[in-house]
Amino acid sequence: MDETDPILLDQRAAGGAALPRLLGVVSLALGAGGLLAPRAVARLTGVDDSPAALAVIPAVGARELAHAAGLLAGRRPAGWAWTRVAGDALDLALLVRARADRRGERCRRVGRTTAVVAGLAAVDLFAAVRAGRARAAHRRAIDVEVAVTVNRSPAEAYRFWRDLENLPRFMAHLESVRVEDVRRSHWTARGPAGRPVSWAAEIVDDRPNRSLAWRSMPGTRVPSAGRVRFVPAPGDRGTEVRVRLRYAPPAGALGRAVAKLFGEEPEQQVRDDLRRFKQVMETGEVVRSEGSPDGTSLRQQAAQRPAQPLPAARR
Amino acid sequence: MKATVWAGRDRVKVTTVPDPSIMNARDAIVRVTTTAICGSDLHLYHGYIPAMRKGDILGHEFVGEVVEVGPQVRDLRPGDRVVVPFPIACGRCSSCRRGLYSVCENSNPNAGLAEKIMGHSPAGIFGYSHLLGGYAGGQAEYVRVPFADVGPVKVPDEVPDDQAVLLADVFPTGFMGAEMCDITPGDVVAVWGAGPVGLFAAASARLLGAERVIVIDRYPYRLRLAREHIGAETIDYEDTDVRDALTELTAGRGPDACIDAVGLEGHHGNAALYAYDRAKQAVRAETERPFALRQAILACRSGGVVSVVGAYGGFVDKFPMGAFMNRSLVMRTGQCHVQRYTRPLLDRIRRGEIDPSFVVSHRMPLKDAAKGYRIFQKKQDDCTKVLLKV
Repeated sequence: MDETDPILLDQRAAGGAALPRLLGVVSLALGAGGLLAPRAVARLTGVDDSPAALAVIPAVGARELAHAAGLLAGRRPAGWAWTRVAGDALDLALLVRARADRRGERCRRVGRTTAVVAGLAAVDLFAAVRAGRARAAHRRAIDVEVAVTVNRSPAEAYRFWRDLENLPRFMAHLESVRVEDVRRSHWTARGPAGRPVSWAAEIVDDRPNRSLAWRSMPGTRVPSAGRVRFVPAPGDRGTEVRVRLRYAPPAGALGRAVAKLFGEEPEQQVRDDLRRFKQVMETGEVVRSEGSPDGTSLRQQAAQRPAQPLPAARR
Repeated sequence: MKATVWAGRDRVKVTTVPDPSIMNARDAIVRVTTTAICGSDLHLYHGYIPAMRKGDILGHEFVGEVVEVGPQVRDLRPGDRVVVPFPIACGRCSSCRRGLYSVCENSNPNAGLAEKIMGHSPAGIFGYSHLLGGYAGGQAEYVRVPFADVGPVKVPDEVPDDQAVLLADVFPTGFMGAEMCDITPGDVVAVWGAGPVGLFAAASARLLGAERVIVIDRYPYRLRLAREHIGAETIDYEDTDVRDALTELTAGRGPDACIDAVGLEGHHGNAALYAYDRAKQAVRAETERPFALRQAILACRSGGVVSVVGAYGGFVDKFPMGAFMNRSLVMRTGQCHVQRYTRPLLDRIRRGEIDPSFVVSHRMPLKDAAKGYRIFQKKQDDCTKVLLKV
């Protein structure tokens, strides 16, 4: 499974770089104007009566070119959107002072310029905030790829997985999956405070005995996707089961709840899921010990109970 | 029920714990009649194996009577008398299918922990730390046996507990140590360690046709067992230079195979050399004291086999890799795949080829387990093997 798997849409792209790039084009135009035709710009904005304007306007233009470079060529255009916001604040301050000194037509021109700059500032602020959120969402996102070899045929492994209601038997974060029809299903995860988190999902790619991909329905609160591939292991070694899981937890309390499902080490947790999958496929069920009565789990390994039988009340 | 639990370094106690119950469909509950203390239990006792918790029930050698079976166990029924192999193995993974039961891929629920230390996880073991599964052990009145359709072997009435319990670990472990030597006619086999595993390795080397068997230890009573019950020659390393003696005994060839049945808590006749490794072990700069292993490698004839059945847990220092590589040695090792050996060795016992109970020196009730650990650890009262009667 590579980055370009068309089924597992890159959820990072949403709210990404398109708007900052557009603002970069605006900066480029303003910068070029300020540097190449400062007199025309001074007339247009109503400050052509000030000798200082011919020094200030090219400086503003140079600054805009720097913004443009960052927004158009930089690796993180979102960060540059904030420099535009700062530039807007400076320009607005200059314009407010310029308007106080002027009367008549020049005063009206300065006013119009102020309105345009204020509008651009609002767009800049929006872009910067949105890009910041997208970055935070990217940090929250869980994207894990793990594999295990199972001593079963690809067909057997596929059949078990294709019945999505089996998933909670080995995926620790899931409480239940209810299959609604051939494609659609309803997933419920264990919330940390005992409050379940639910979403609807659909199978988006089904290649019997080879691979299966699923994705949350558009608009659900917990964007998620996954693909599992069943590849015959070389020789007589069973099946290589390769899984990619993606969760894009939303901002806020729900997102924190989803992130908590996977804990500090999501990869380790998915690895444990696959270990349990292997146990269920090969031995029939999840293997339990007195120290790990709920079976393989990272959290349980860290907090083992003594290796002696459970009290009757806890069975 | 009563059970022997780990209570901290150098402390075990017999205490009351909940009775076990079926947790998986392939479980059985066994009422233990005889259980044994193993030399490897002493590694736990001394705190050399990580991931022990106070209250862990110890013990991985036991025989008893089946009292309950899970719905997936078809070959056993209540009332069957069974011996249970110490590695817990599912019987269905690729490793089990190849007979490598002690590296079962499914039986350690804490495999993630073991992988961090060992790369991949070995099988779970009864009563042998949370690193190896966190399973309750068998030095108790009852024990839950996972994968009871794979491990337990029914014991016929004519084979008493005192013989059968040795099939859980020490006899098969010694036997595998000898089997890994690929013994051919004329072979001389040297065995380091005359504890139960070393004695069974020596006895098994004989069964498998070794010409001469040489046993190395420092306890005269144990060396006497090797001479009297196995017909082995013996070397007391406290008063004899082992490599000189082996060179002499084999006219310069060196033993064709060398078996390390000592493991991580070895002892060395040279006080300075012993102190070196003991000190490094104390500050945890190395986890083992590999004297026997080093000596076995240097003593072995070129192209010979070094077979390691003594238990190791971590890292060794000063491994003589130069000798090992330049002299074309072969090392074979592993926790015993007991499930492979229980039935064939039970047959050898029934045919009268060997009475393994010659290693048993002490029998006492379960409630005296703490005393059993103490005298076994201190080698008091000519202690070789302690059986606990339940």
